Amino acid sequence: MSKAITIDGKTIPFEDGQTIMDAAMAAGVYIPHLCHQPEFTPHGSCKLCTVKVNGRNCSACTYPAMDGQDVLNETQELIDDRKKITQMLFVEGNHFCPSCEKTGNCQLQAVAYHLNMLDNHFPLFYPDREVDASHAEVMIDHNRCIFCTLCVRASQQKDGKDVFAVSGRGIHKHLIVNAQSGLLKDTDLEVTDQAAHICPTGAILIKRTGYQVPIGERIYDHKQIDQVSLAASGSRPDAAFPPSLAVETEHLKHGE
Amino acid sequence: MANKIRVATTSLAGCFGCHMSFLDIDERMLQLVEVVEFDRSPLTDIEHCTNCDIGLIEGGVCNSENVHVLREFRNNCKILVAVGACAINGGLPAMRNHIPLEECLNEAYLDGIGVENPQIPSDIELPLLLNQVRPIHEVVKIDYFLPGCPPSADVFWKFLTDLIEGREPSLPYELVHYD
Amino acid sequence: MRQFIQGIAENSHYQATHLLQILRQIQSRYHYIPKAAIEQLSGLLNIPRTQIISVVEFYSFFHLAPRGQYELLISDSITDHMLGKKSLLDYLAKKLDVAVGEVREDGVVSLDNTSCTGMCDQGPAGLVNGHALTRLDRSGIDKIAELINQQKPVDEWPVELFQVDDNIYKSGLLLNQQIEQGAALRSAFKRGIKETLKEIDYSGLRGRGGAGFKTAIKWQFCSEEQQTERYVVCNADEGEPGTFKDRVLLNSYAHQVFEGMTVCAAIIGAKQGFLYLRGEYLHLYDKLQSILDQRRQNGLLGINILGAGLDFDIEICLGAGAYICGEESALIESLEGKAGIPRNRPPYPVTQGYLGKPTVVNNVETFLAAAGIAVNGGDWFASIGTEKSKGTKILSISGDCVRPGIYEYPFGVTVQTILNDCGADDVLGVQIGGPSGTFISNQEFDRKLAFEDLATGGSFIIFNSSRNILDMVHNFAHFFAHESCGFCTPCRVGTALLKKQIDKIVDGHGSAGDIVALEELCQLVKSYSHCGLGQTAANPILTTLERYPDLYQSRLKEISFEPGFDLDGALETARRMANRDDAGAHLAQTENEHE
Repeated sequence: MSKAITIDGKTIPFEDGQTIMDAAMAAGVYIPHLCHQPEFTPHGSCKLCTVKVNGRNCSACTYPAMDGQDVLNETQELIDDRKKITQMLFVEGNHFCPSCEKTGNCQLQAVAYHLNMLDNHFPLFYPDREVDASHAEVMIDHNRCIFCTLCVRASQQKDGKDVFAVSGRGIHKHLIVNAQSGLLKDTDLEVTDQAAHICPTGAILIKRTGYQVPIGERIYDHKQIDQVSLAASGSRPDAAFPPSLAVETEHLKHGE
Repeated sequence: MANKIRVATTSLAGCFGCHMSFLDIDERMLQLVEVVEFDRSPLTDIEHCTNCDIGLIEGGVCNSENVHVLREFRNNCKILVAVGACAINGGLPAMRNHIPLEECLNEAYLDGIGVENPQIPSDIELPLLLNQVRPIHEVVKIDYFLPGCPPSADVFWKFLTDLIEGREPSLPYELVHYD
Repeated sequence: MRQFIQGIAENSHYQATHLLQILRQIQSRYHYIPKAAIEQLSGLLNIPRTQIISVVEFYSFFHLAPRGQYELLISDSITDHMLGKKSLLDYLAKKLDVAVGEVREDGVVSLDNTSCTGMCDQGPAGLVNGHALTRLDRSGIDKIAELINQQKPVDEWPVELFQVDDNIYKSGLLLNQQIEQGAALRSAFKRGIKETLKEIDYSGLRGRGGAGFKTAIKWQFCSEEQQTERYVVCNADEGEPGTFKDRVLLNSYAHQVFEGMTVCAAIIGAKQGFLYLRGEYLHLYDKLQSILDQRRQNGLLGINILGAGLDFDIEICLGAGAYICGEESALIESLEGKAGIPRNRPPYPVTQGYLGKPTVVNNVETFLAAAGIAVNGGDWFASIGTEKSKGTKILSISGDCVRPGIYEYPFGVTVQTILNDCGADDVLGVQIGGPSGTFISNQEFDRKLAFEDLATGGSFIIFNSSRNILDMVHNFAHFFAHESCGFCTPCRVGTALLKKQIDKIVDGHGSAGDIVALEELCQLVKSYSHCGLGQTAANPILTTLERYPDLYQSRLKEISFEPGFDLDGALETARRMANRDDAGAHLAQTENEHE
């Protein structure tokens, strides 16, 4: 018999080696996240995917699923705290959505919408950060970087390069690029690299494409990030089933 | 109607875009004025607010006058609402925050292109600029936030009707926008 | 420079794992890490330059821009403050004509603060080009200023400036008995390795860093791993402010610590060990190296140790100013030549540690105790202490007492007993376990030091009634914000927000709502942070808020809200440029104040 965990009371099957996030996504259960993308090594830094596992807070994207785990995902406490963590990401950077061409397609914004975040709650930092527009086709606006390292991982794991890295400590963390000049134009980044397209916010943008889709017709203008995320991961919402059906449907799934 | 709900509105470091969007409730305005009376507002030309129920603030805080106006609203409004991106996080005016104020003033009044008779304005009637633009929740306590640049007319309508009809205001997903 | 860097890279066998050690040498020689050095190293070590830059920018002791030829750092521990650090630093800045945080125009000297240097019993303390300075006072500073202005090389400075004392005031089970060199290994081999692990198990020894994981279980888990390449690491990154016992143990009991590591190696099957020594303890480095040499000569390290077929050696790796490296997985990252960012767990280091291989990481004191147990048996240790906390604990005592220094007590000792022994009167409270620990008030001095009551890594800072608790909280909040590695959102942003919020309250700008906001933020940082640093960063606030709510309240204004920034200060530039000072050119912080 296969192994299962429960998320908010729902039985979710999993296979050895899967994290809680993997199991949840496969079963059509959305757990908010920003630094995670299934195709890359999990990072566990944004902490939005924090769930309660047998009473303890764990990052769903890095924590292994283990038989019988009782996972809480959509409790009011977790939702409220995820909203505050999102607000932290907003206040530490300079996120002026009206002037950002990623608006409507931005995952940071979409998670905030999903969590019904209406304000910033905390005092704003207004850090002094740069824009690197040196590259012919790709630009970095450091004001919007949330240090998820997806570009770092995409460059290493998909593009076979080492264009990006996160440097510095504490609140002084910042993205750096692999060029003697420190400029993006002098790296070996190409516009076709996955690293150039992976940014969940508007920190890494492809030039001259920002307004091809008008504001108001963009991804999250119409769909919540949970639907988008699950559809992208190819999950089967039917994989989560009520406990009573769990045993009966198990053999069907394996027979697929 | 004797006890109409008194609403005051103002724009601090804003562009009046939020006010324009508010006016976009169009014919619903007629329904609104059945139960609402406007106090201090660009819509009325009343100069100071007195005992209001709701204060709507557009724009962030960029100068000393903004602080005084904001305080007047806080003192006179039972419920104070941050309206739009600039009130909530400083918005576009706050994009000057990474440039030292001295450089901004020099560029605008002393050595910028096309400046004639260069001098920094120094009239006591003029409000002084803060070194950074701040959101209003850092200066006074704010009760509600309506995001958007601007918030759509439907946001104003949903929020005000909730409040007027005694419901806890809430915005559904479609109405939450930061752009 | 090319030749110099070529030389050190060659000495490090072009291993990227040695990056920290290489950068230490470059910083020491040039007082910064030049761009050209980064480029050259990137080629020699075959790693991207970004990896080198991220390491340089992570550790406090490395700099991309030149520091002074004399890099002066003054310890910012609360204990240094209690000894008058603030006025000494001001005096020093004036004397040397250099601003704190800056390099003097002639490039000769730079001055800055640094986190606790582990000299709390003999502060105010500092570092000059990495070498520990102790008992700083005005006459010492006059001398230092003169030496710097004469540009006298640091190794020609008078030795009394660098005098570091052990200050052992109370010895117990461990400190009383220096075991003979090799005695623990001989006993272990004679008794048998498995039986020795049993003795350690029977002794009930738990990790001395503070977390208290059972040592024998950790060693056993590691020994049972499939991968046969395994490592022993001694965590001497003693960064918790107020802790300095490992400094003393490594100064006077290093043989026994190394022997404990070797016994561990025999048990888990490791060939290589590391002593991760915090950069602040550079003054111990040469001495420890010579002890290792001696042990090699005596057949206690190297090939076929004591003829028992054990091959094991120890390498010393110096840190470079990062508190987070005391966290075991961050320490391992640092040993691998990377920024000290704690790893996701599981897997734990016993399964995948250094270079992904099974690794035991233990505190200095744990290895010391293990060596003692190997000689004397588990019963010797287990017969002392409490039921859940066997043996003794070595404490670093500092703050308001007559005899600050090292004290060893059986677990279960009451706080009051300790206070009596070290000569502390009129005590307001004690910070136990350092900033990440607990503050206890004078109503709780019957509490016991033990895992079941007050667990501690050994820091014990005493505050008398002349002290203001909020000064301490303020110091600790700044400490955590400075030391947060920045990996996870709640700690990176949260510690910075906590610092702002505490500043606001301490500066007298807090209002009723600010305490609620503070508590809420504390809970968020505590519950959601990635590692122990973030999870404990709010402890100083939470434990004092619980005990002294009135103290916080007394700092608050009788209003419901006050801005979090200085309104009138924010008009300063505009006022100056408009050349105005009329009433309309000012703003009161709150409306109650006169404008």
